[in-house]
Amino acid sequence: MTMDLNLVALLQQIWSYEFMQHALETSWIISVVAGVTGYFVVLRRSAFVAHAYSEIGFAGASGAILIGIDPLVGLVLGSISGGIAIAALGRRLTNRDTQIGIVLAFALGLGLLFISLYKAFSTAAISILFGEILGISANEVLLTFAAGVGILVVMGFLYRPLLFASLDEDVAEAKGMPMLFLGTAFLVVVALAVSFAVQVTGVLLIFSLMVTPAATAQYVSMRPSRAILISVGISLLATQTGLFVGYFTPYPVSFFITAIAFTLYLVVRLIHGYVHRRFKEPV
Amino acid sequence: MIEASNLAAGYGAKEVWRDANFSFGSGEFVAVIGPNGAGKTTLFRLLLGLQQPSGGSLRVFGATPRRGNPRIGYVPQHHLIDRETHIECVELVRLGLSGTKWGFDPFSHADFDTALAALESVGAHDLAHYPLGVLSGGELQRIFLAEALVSKPDILLLDEPLSNLDLRRETELLHLVNSVVRSAGVTAMLIAHNINPLLPHLDKVIYVANGKMATGKPSEVLTSESLTALYGIQVEVLRDPHGNVAIIGVEEHHGDIR
Repeated sequence: MTMDLNLVALLQQIWSYEFMQHALETSWIISVVAGVTGYFVVLRRSAFVAHAYSEIGFAGASGAILIGIDPLVGLVLGSISGGIAIAALGRRLTNRDTQIGIVLAFALGLGLLFISLYKAFSTAAISILFGEILGISANEVLLTFAAGVGILVVMGFLYRPLLFASLDEDVAEAKGMPMLFLGTAFLVVVALAVSFAVQVTGVLLIFSLMVTPAATAQYVSMRPSRAILISVGISLLATQTGLFVGYFTPYPVSFFITAIAFTLYLVVRLIHGYVHRRFKEPV
Repeated sequence: MIEASNLAAGYGAKEVWRDANFSFGSGEFVAVIGPNGAGKTTLFRLLLGLQQPSGGSLRVFGATPRRGNPRIGYVPQHHLIDRETHIECVELVRLGLSGTKWGFDPFSHADFDTALAALESVGAHDLAHYPLGVLSGGELQRIFLAEALVSKPDILLLDEPLSNLDLRRETELLHLVNSVVRSAGVTAMLIAHNINPLLPHLDKVIYVANGKMATGKPSEVLTSESLTALYGIQVEVLRDPHGNVAIIGVEEHHGDIR
């Protein structure tokens, strides 16, 4: 009983800080958005593309700081322009690791140049690279909320055709689905989701929310709608636990988020491998 | 149902084949055979409205083919499914029915039942809740067939469904397609490399090679006389005592069609 009371008191104490309120609110929105879009990132094997967006966003964010505007704006502009550029290459080219890798390396280098041009910038660089969820402003929370709602509405609209096109491209095309539109719309949505998720995990740890929860969820349920809900649940579990533990320890929140997501992945894979070992045999 | 007159196809300036004339009614089983690169898949692309003819006319259901015709079921040669596809089979079949609809919907129960019925009709009911990634080639072809059949098409286009299947699975799949053709009056066109396993079921055959197409009943098309007349070079059609066919001469150094 005293434990329960302590926990409530503890949560009240955490909530009393404005920066923790902002962190929690942002983490809820991002967990849902990343959980939903991440499922399609994993299904379409677009993880590397998602990572490229975050690093193009890094160049945008550091450039934004250099010219004195909100880094979030730079992140969004950077990754969306990257999203449109990569989508314009078409799906077959989208999975060309080499070209994406070349663009990614250049974007990261550009970001480094912007950092060196701006003195006393190293803390800002670290927070873009590894996330700074404890430094989110009220305006950024509102912006994140608006973007989150927009992303979820678009994903809801695209849901079935996107699933169809991701699983059976040629048939979807023959059935009259607008493949270029679907591919472009999805990549722009992912770019947007990535640039907001960077607030939580940082550029370099973006996979912990955009890939790991969805990759874990698809081992839990083979039905996409359920797997997406599970993916959201895992994202929420990782961010909430991460923030909670991070609050009481001197270590970075992003580390705990990645560690929790990774641990869950390992546990689920092990259990899945054990339960479904018969699937490994040719049926 | 399907009519072509003086039909020609090509990509840009490069012509693949020309002067194709054929006409198929409902409930016919048609094989499309010929060497790699002869333009078999190109014919399917024309029928699906994915590509425009470079000459002549093509009518499907009495109209110019258009992309997205729900009366055509299609099983392409290439698929995105691999070992890492952790999605149950019934989901793919359901997408064949409602994957073209916008908006979120966790799929209606009616869709689910229709998808299960389609799986049942291809004898894959027990695979409904298996992940796509663990299925064998033969099982996957059944799922794709169910996905194509779930919207109750009148024309079924199958692009090399027999590749990667062993002899037993090949026979099973052909019997399955044949029973769909006979029981539902569906016109099926099937691309294959080897005509022999198909011969017992076929109504008609399209033979594509060297930019030309021969069409008709197998017994009429696959003769030395008709192919020699079409190609203007000496073509030999050999038959063994079991009725198996080998075509020699058309593809010059590329060997026979096996």
